[in-house]
This record gives sequence, C-alpha cells and structure tokens, in this order.
Amino acid sequence: MKNGKRKNWFSMLLILVILLLLSCIFALCTGSAGIPIRNIPEILINGSGTVEHSILFHIRLPRLMLALSIGGALSLAGVILQGMFRNPLVEPYTLGISGGASLGVCLNILFKWYALIGVIAYPLSGFLGAILVIVIVYSISMKKGDLKTNSMLLIGVMISFVSSSLVMLLMAISHSEDLQSIIFWIMGSLDEPNMILVKMAVAGSITGLLLSYCFCLDLNALALGEEEAIHLGVQTERSKRYLFIIASILTGLSVSVAGIIMFVGLIVPHFMRMTVGSDHRILLIGSFLAGASFLTVCDVISRTIVAPLELPVGVITGIIGGVVFIYVLSRRQVSL
Amino acid sequence: MTETILEIQNLSCGYGEKTILRDISLNVITGEILSIIGPNGSGKTTLLKSVTHIIQPAKGKILFQGKEIQSIPRNEFARKVAVVGQAVEPARMTVKEYVLLGRLPYFRRYQFMETGNDRRLAQHYMELTHTDSLQNQLMTEISGGERQLASIARALVQEPTLLLLDEPTSHLDITHQAQILSLIRRLNQDLRLTVLMVVHDLNLASEYSDRLILLNKQNGRIYRTGTPEEVLTEPAIREIYNTPVLIEKNPLSGKPCIFLSPENCHKRELI
Repeated sequence: MKNGKRKNWFSMLLILVILLLLSCIFALCTGSAGIPIRNIPEILINGSGTVEHSILFHIRLPRLMLALSIGGALSLAGVILQGMFRNPLVEPYTLGISGGASLGVCLNILFKWYALIGVIAYPLSGFLGAILVIVIVYSISMKKGDLKTNSMLLIGVMISFVSSSLVMLLMAISHSEDLQSIIFWIMGSLDEPNMILVKMAVAGSITGLLLSYCFCLDLNALALGEEEAIHLGVQTERSKRYLFIIASILTGLSVSVAGIIMFVGLIVPHFMRMTVGSDHRILLIGSFLAGASFLTVCDVISRTIVAPLELPVGVITGIIGGVVFIYVLSRRQVSL
Repeated sequence: MTETILEIQNLSCGYGEKTILRDISLNVITGEILSIIGPNGSGKTTLLKSVTHIIQPAKGKILFQGKEIQSIPRNEFARKVAVVGQAVEPARMTVKEYVLLGRLPYFRRYQFMETGNDRRLAQHYMELTHTDSLQNQLMTEISGGERQLASIARALVQEPTLLLLDEPTSHLDITHQAQILSLIRRLNQDLRLTVLMVVHDLNLASEYSDRLILLNKQNGRIYRTGTPEEVLTEPAIREIYNTPVLIEKNPLSGKPCIFLSPENCHKRELI
C-alpha cells in the first residue's frame, strides 16, 4: 500500500511530463510555417541565421515559454485558492485581481502612459492594479490579526464588480482605437515580444511552485476546516497569509503579462483533483504541469484554427475546457 | 500520587461581548476520565475550545503540564493533545488519508512523506476503531457515525497524552456508543491516556467517567465537580436542567442512572 501510493504519484507525474513534452513539440512544430519535427534538432544545432531558426527562437519559443508559465501559474493559483477557501468555485480571478489589472491597463491606454515609458507600461500598469487590489482585499479582511476567509472572498468579488464597472465606464468614454486595444488586452494573448517579461513570468511561476510546496501539508490539513487544522498543529493564520500572497502574485503576474485568460485556473485544478486525488503534495505539481500543457495546446489551436488570423486564447480555453469538463462530469459520478 | 496535566485558573471567555463562561477553575488529573456535562448552551464546547486555542480566554490562565498553552508551539501541543470535534466536516479524501493526517504534528521540517511508522500507527488505530475496512472509501461517502470513528482514529494516531472529545458519541448507535466509550476507557487504562470530554448523555457520562463537571447555564460557572455519585443527585439535576428525574443505581455497574419522569407518571406518583 505504501509503495502503491508513491508509485501511483510517480506514474502520474511521468504521464504529465510526457504530455507536457508532447505539447511543447506540438507547439514548436505547428504554425504558419510548418517545421517538421525531424528538422528541429538540426535547426537548433547549426541552423542559426536561417528563417526557421529565427521563427523557432524568436517567435515560437518565447510564446511557448509564456504559455507554459502562465498556464502553470494560473492552475497553481487556482489549486491554492480552492484549497484554502475550501470552495470549488473559487478561481484566481474571483478575488478581483484581474479586475484591478484590467482597470490599470485601461487607465494606461486612456492616459497614454505607454507613450511616456514605452510598452512596458502595459504589464506595469496591470501589475500595479493587481497589487492594489491584493492590498485592499488583504487589509480589509485582516481583522484582529486573523484572515477571515469568507469576508475575503466577498470583498474580492465586490472589488471585481466595482472594477469591471469602472472598466466599462472607461470603455464607454474612450475613442474607438483605444477601445480596440482595451478589448484586445482584456481578451488575453500570449503574444509577448518582450523577452524580459517572458523570463520574469517563467521565473515567477517556478518560484511560486517551489514556495507553495512549503505549505502543501498545511493545505491538506486546511481541507478539514480551520479548527481541525489548528488541532493538527498548523499555524493557520500564517499559512493562509502566505498562500494568499503566493496565489495573488502568481495571478497578478499572469494577468499583467498575458491579459485575462479565463477558465484555466478553474478547470485544471478540478480535473487534476479527479485524476490524482486531493492530496496537495501531488495536486500542486500535477496542476502546474497540466495547466502548462493545456494552455500550450490551446494557444496552438488559437493561432492556427483560423490562420492567418488569431483567436483570443481565452476563447479556446473556455470552449475546450468547459466542454471537456462537462463531459467528464456527466460521465463519471464524481462529487466535487 | 495525583499530578495535574491541565489546569484552568479563573477562566472567563465567550464570543465577542457575550461572556459564556465565568471564573472557571478546574484541574484535570493525569490518567482520569473527566466529563463536562450541562444543559445546551451552558458552554461545554466553549470550555473545550478555549483549551484548544480556538477561543482566546478573556481572563484567566490555562496551563498544560505547567506551561501556559499560548506559549507552547502549536505542533508540539498537537503531539500531546488531540481533539475530536463535534461534527467532522467531510473532505474529499479517503479514510486512510484522513487518519494519516493525524501524523502531521510529527512531520519534521522539509519532511514530505509519511514514514513506515506513521502508516503502521494509522493501521493499528484504524483496526482499533473498526475503520480499517473503510480505509479506501472517501470521507464524503461514509456515514456520520463512521466519520466520527475515523476522527477518533485520527486523534489516536497523534499519540496524545490528553485526549479532548466533544460529544464523541452523538452520531453513534448504541453498539458504537458502547464500543467507543469502552475503547476510550481501555486506552485510558492501558496507555494512561487522560481524557476530557463533553458528554450530552448523563447516563453515559456517569457510566464512563471518573469525575464530572456540571456547568450552570444561569451564571456560566461550575455548579459542582466530583464523582458521578456526588454530582448526579436529584436536586442538582432538577435545579440545573429544570426537569424532575429519578436517580437509581445501575444494577450492573453501581453507577447512578437517571430516569426521566414524564409528566403523567409524575402526577400519578404524587397522587
């Protein structure tokens, strides 16, 4: 029995890593200029200077890296938040972080901050908006040194409403060209030319994964409810505080770099809970890997299905994720 | 020799402005089974929760093995004191995973997996509580009583010296009630496990406890402390519970046994 569990986890991880590799190869090969798999090693080794080389390195690889890290980060944030709130409907955007980020970006577009400090203004304003919301939610729900989880959720939802109303207001009074860039940003895209931001996303999501593992056992205990977790010796306030910060930074980072990509952070955690179980020791890494593969595949589909046009990746994640999820849910008798 | 494992000194506590317990002082002696009894809302659970860090006392001190409980690190406390709550909130995990969580306080820093010893203990206590046949079922898919048994197994896996139970038999049928309380009695005798529990059923409390604490709802104080014979008297029950009762000796165990006297019988007796 003992080795059964470990073996089980190991084979799950192996399957997920293989899936991840397959989706990476798929992403690198597919596109308007098809590059066959067998050519890839050769291009990598001595193809510098060729068109294929620059397509691989300057277009597809950054995009792949971004998809992997954003997909992983959003799924991880989803698992953490669902775990600490003990609520299966929570997703990274529930706490209003995406609302804050969109508001920041809207302001940036309307007041043309990007003309002042360059393209970096988009992610920067998004991140500042996200951080502002995090600080507000955190400080309001922090009463007597204790994070009240329910009030935290409600405050997040309310802030989300307020900021989306403000975004609507800004959209209503903005010019049509501004309107278009706002809509594009809100729909989310993994097209990010700035390599520094891509690297930041990769580093941020991996750091988030490592940090979240300091709290995987606390998350397991929190699944029993807060009092039970205290009885098991868990310092619940401290764990909740750090988990909230980790999850919100992960979300803020993803939103500010890639815009709002819905559903990944809601569906992937559920899917993984059905397949690997609810033990966070496997669930965290499992969701990270699965989310990374899922978003990569969705991104490939979104940029090829109506080529040369590109669909917003959020459309694909929503359709594929939602349909698959409903299918699985209706086929198996699973309780969430 | 009697030594005190838990000492509560002049404790007052409650929720917000509302004070439930006033000036409670009591000692739990190593190796005894001490039951807290009292009417609904008299603060039995509150008293237990103040011992387990859930409610901060407004006044007074709680000492465990001579140390104030606030100063004991939480995981160290959890290695010595295990708690079985009133309602076990079902989580989506198997019974075995749930029971193994009881080993959490023993995890060292950076320890990631349970050890062989953890699994052996889990198996042992699941067998003791008759939950080993359920071990691969989900907590959400077993009955309330079975969940309560699993919860007791989880607490025992913590290998505590003091076990706190909040109505351990509330969801159980009489088979399991007797089984669980006998198990607690046996653990108490074999391992010298000290037990502090909230019990609703006065007869069960009388049967299985060394001492009782009767709480008074009117003023939030302790009405009486002592052996079942000392505490369970007809006048005391009439005063605290506001109900006429008849108390006889249980012919099997010699402990006081309480009979309700329904109104019609009562009248007949008076005539």
